[in-house]
Order: sequence, then C-alpha cells, then structure tokens
Amino acid sequence: MYVEALNEAIFEEMERDGSVYYMGEDVRASIYGASKGLFAAYGENRVLDTPLSENGFIGAAVGSSLVGMRPIVETLTSFMWVAMDQLISQLAKMKYMFGGQASLPVTIRAVMYYNGGAAAHHSDRSYPMFMNMPGIKVIVPTFPEDAKGLMKTAVRDNDPCIIFEDGNLGGIKGDVPDDKDEEFLIPFGKGKLLREGTDCTVVGIAGGNIHAINAAEKLEKDGISVEVIDPRTLVPLDKEIILKSVEKTGRLVVVDPAHKVCSAASEIISVVTEQGFWNLQAPPAKVAAEQVHIPFTQALEPLIFPTEEKIMNAVKGTLE
Amino acid sequence: MRIRLFESALIECQKLGEIVGSLHTYIGEEAVAVGACVALNDDDYIAGNHRSHGHPIAKGGDINKAMAEIFGKRDGYCKGKGGSMHLADFSIGILGESGIVASSVPVATGAALASKLKNEDFISLVFFGDGASNQGACHESMNLAALWKLPVIFVCENNQFAVTTSYKDSVSVDHISDRASAYGIPGVLVDGQDALAMYEATSEAVNRARSGQGPTLIEGLTYRYEDHSLGLASVRRDQSYRSDEEVEKWRKRDPIEVLKSNMMKQNIITQKEFDEIEEKEKISVEKAVDFARKSPFPEPKELYDDLFTDPIEYA
Repeated sequence: MYVEALNEAIFEEMERDGSVYYMGEDVRASIYGASKGLFAAYGENRVLDTPLSENGFIGAAVGSSLVGMRPIVETLTSFMWVAMDQLISQLAKMKYMFGGQASLPVTIRAVMYYNGGAAAHHSDRSYPMFMNMPGIKVIVPTFPEDAKGLMKTAVRDNDPCIIFEDGNLGGIKGDVPDDKDEEFLIPFGKGKLLREGTDCTVVGIAGGNIHAINAAEKLEKDGISVEVIDPRTLVPLDKEIILKSVEKTGRLVVVDPAHKVCSAASEIISVVTEQGFWNLQAPPAKVAAEQVHIPFTQALEPLIFPTEEKIMNAVKGTLE
Repeated sequence: MRIRLFESALIECQKLGEIVGSLHTYIGEEAVAVGACVALNDDDYIAGNHRSHGHPIAKGGDINKAMAEIFGKRDGYCKGKGGSMHLADFSIGILGESGIVASSVPVATGAALASKLKNEDFISLVFFGDGASNQGACHESMNLAALWKLPVIFVCENNQFAVTTSYKDSVSVDHISDRASAYGIPGVLVDGQDALAMYEATSEAVNRARSGQGPTLIEGLTYRYEDHSLGLASVRRDQSYRSDEEVEKWRKRDPIEVLKSNMMKQNIITQKEFDEIEEKEKISVEKAVDFARKSPFPEPKELYDDLFTDPIEYA
C-alpha cells in the first residue's frame, strides 16, 4: 500500500545514509503511518518529534541541510502556510541567492487530505504554488511503487523536494518491487503511460489518475480510446511524453485536484498549446477543483473535485 | 575599523551610482559583530540579516568578494546574485544573510541542530534586530533551541529602531533579553558599543553552548547612525522619529573610540599603532573597491546557473 511503500523507502534511505533524519509532529507515534517503526529503529537523534512550530522546525531542517544533514520533514499541506517564510525565502532561494554555495537536500512530505469533510483549513492541494516558485522540485506520486521510488530519489537528490502525497491514496494498493531492492529509484521528470489509447490524452495529477483510469475504462465501452499519462513529477515536467501522446490523439484533458486557476493543469495545457498546438484537433480541457474554498458539508464538497463523470464529459467534449 | 571603512566606501560608491538598490549600513553597531565573532572558532557558523555587511567581515570574510558582490559583479561572494543583503561564505561558516527579518534565526538554529545530531563541536550564532525579535520565527527557534539544548547563540542587535518604530513602542518588555526567561535560557543585556563587553558575554555563551547547556540570548544595546536604508528614496524618512541630539549622543560613544580608548588605557595599543592599522585598512578597502570596479558583470547566459545542485530544465 501507498503508506507502506513510503515507510519502506524512508527505512531504506535512513539505513543507507546516516545523515538522513526524520522530523515532524507526532512522527514517533506515527499517527499517519509512514513513520511507523522509525523511532524504535533509529532513536531520538534521528527521529524528532517537533513542537507545533512549522516555520521554526522547517527552518531548522533547512539550516541543518546546509551543514551536511539530509532531513525528511513530515507535514500536511495545510500546515505549510505557516512555514512559507522558510519554505520560500530560505529553502527555495538560498542556493541561487548565494551563487550556488548552498546545497539544500531537504525532502518535505506534504500530505494532502481533501474530499473527506475536512473543511477549508485542512483540505489544501498547494503544489501549483510551489511549481510557480523556482528552486523546488515538485513530486506527485499516485501509485505505491512511484511513491517509493520517487521518495528514495528525493532523499538522494541534493535540492529541495516536496512530495505532495494524496491522502486519498493512503490505502491504494499496488505492486512494489521487492523490498530488498534498495536501489529502486525513479528518476524525476519521467512520466508514466498508465493506459494506451488513441482518441484522447488524459493527464492525471496524483489522485486524479485513479478517476482518469476509471473514466477511461468506462469510455472504452462507449468505443472511446483514452490514453492516460501520469507525469509523476511536475517540476521537472516530462513534457515529451505528453506532447508525444497528444501528437497521436490530438486531444488533451488534464485532471487536477488543485484549484483550477494557475493550476498544474493550466501549466500542462500551456505547454501543449505552445509546443504542440498544430497537433491539437480540439481545445484542451481542464478538469480541476472549483475555484472556491472547500466547504465542509457533504452536500457541497463533492461538487468541487474531479470525478469520473466530469472526466468522461470532458473527453467527450474534445471529441465533439 | 575595517567594517566602518568598508561601509563608508560603500556610501561613496553609491553616491557615484556604482551601487544600485538599498544599502543598510551598520555604522555605529560594529562592536556587536566584532565582539561576538572574535569569541567564535573558524568552524563555527553565523547567520545574519538585511543589515549584514559587518557580520561576514567580522567572521573573517574577504572584503574584495563582499565589495564585488555589492557591486553586482561576478567575482562577488554570490556571483552578483545576492547583493548587499545576501552575503555568504560557506567555506568560513557564514551561512548567509537574510533580507526577511528573523528568517535566518531558524536556519542558524538548524545548523546547531546538525551539530547536536552529528555529535560535533561546532556551534552557531545568529544576528537579528529588535524588530526581528517580534517575529514568530524568533520565538519558535528559541523554544526549539531551549527544548533540544542546541548550541546556538541568539544575538539581538537592538539598534532601537525597526525602520522608524522604536523598540519601546513595539516590544512588550523593558529589554529584549528579558524574553529569555520565557524559554528558561539566560538572557544578557550588554553594552553594544563595547566590543570587549560583547566578547565577554559571547564567550560565556559559547562555553555554555559547547558544553551542551544550550542557547543564550544576548541583547547588544546599540545605535545605527545612518538612516534605515540608503539608496531607496522611498525608504528614506524624515528624521522626526529621533532627534539630532539623540544621534549625537550615541555618536559620542562610538564603538571604535570605546575600544581604542580601552586598549590605550591598558597599554595594548598606541595612537601611532592605531593610525597604522587605520591606514592599512584604508588601503585594503581602496583595493576592494578597485577589485569590485574591475570585476566583470555576470553574462546573460549565467541567469539560470546555480538554481539547483542537480539541475533540471523547466518546461
């Protein structure tokens, strides 16, 4: 499962490299699962429970990375707002601002809980904002093996990496390569073809891929052949795999659980429009979250996010 | 002395139009950085703020590279990409200055955390102002450092004004050092015009930090002679927030003069030796200006350099 895959990756990387340490709130008790067993295995100097001071401890992670440590920081996307000064003014900018002197091998696990009645303060999907900020690598795994391989790559990468983990995928099952394979690394900027098709390309972000695959299977019955692509990382973005697919299908739908204005979908559509315009046979479509805060009530929240039905309609729209 | 002459040269170069952007001078506050940095080892770390020409120089930074950086030249510390508010020299423990007040306080705390996690001997020290002392980053860091007994020294340079707002109008206690009691750490109020007093207070804090007793908050009470920022017309204020008499009063306790007279009283230095040092430093600052002037600007093709350690391409 997704969370177990992350747990395996963290164990392997902490075992491999003594400068890797883990910090966050309630991580020793592992209330979210991914840090399970770490404290027992590595003790208080490598597994740190922090006070509720996101700006303070993310800044401390940044400072420690400047002098040789490789922190993995666990947090929720919604708590990152209080740490934006350290995330942006320091983590993203230090290397460039200091003419390359700094190296900041910091991995941030940013869990996104949404579509579960968590309301506006606990339902953020903020990766587009970090795509907009130079200096940060943005990772959005959908499947357990990708979560594992990308997490391991992030820990070994020498730059700030934020892994946006879709909380709705925590229980998603999937094959993960033999856990003895400690070198199972997935390179950044390499998208994955989830499903071949010829009529329309659907690019899914994080949990958006699950809906995209389900929609594609249903559309197959209607005789519509959908290709589904998971970019896996947004910065860097594998534009080749997307452009190549659109060259074949001529159509593009992007499924993005983030708010639709200046979203990952906006950027992907922009890339295809600028660099693959003459291959398009219909205007690209965006299936992204409504541009409104997340209401608590179950009467309204489900209206916000991408669904199979919305995706199916969007695909059909490109074929009209 | 070197800091004073360096910044005096900066002011002249700015008037000549050779330096663009804002310039936050440290003139009048030099004893804080000098006293504190002398108490550190070469492998200890410091971090600073927007008013940080003095800190790296006090830590032993190269004034040629610092000057070239402030000129925006390629031979500068940060290849011209950082400028006046972002000098850094990681090779000698200068973890960089931060333009956002208090933003480097968590970073320095993190360097101290690394020392503890790696079980090493180095410590870190961070300079920040009275204005920064009101930021949450400061308080979160002091709590973390006290909680984890981190080898970090918090040096608040209380120059008494956050741009134009007096600390008396923005700090809820009489002295910023009083805030240490909230974290169960020592808070020390020091005469920030006296480099020796700063040295002694910092040395004690260094001993505490290195022996695993945790952080110390030092408040150096000092004064900036110049305006908050030179160069940006919009940031220049009228001087109504402080009187000429007040500025004059502080100028009379100039940190260089205080140190000089202390040293002369103790027969450590003669006027002649002092003059020789001044002359030598003047020449080195002139050389730094010359170095900065002759250094090339970065090329347009260098725009994207140094964004990542493991480079990627943006789509």
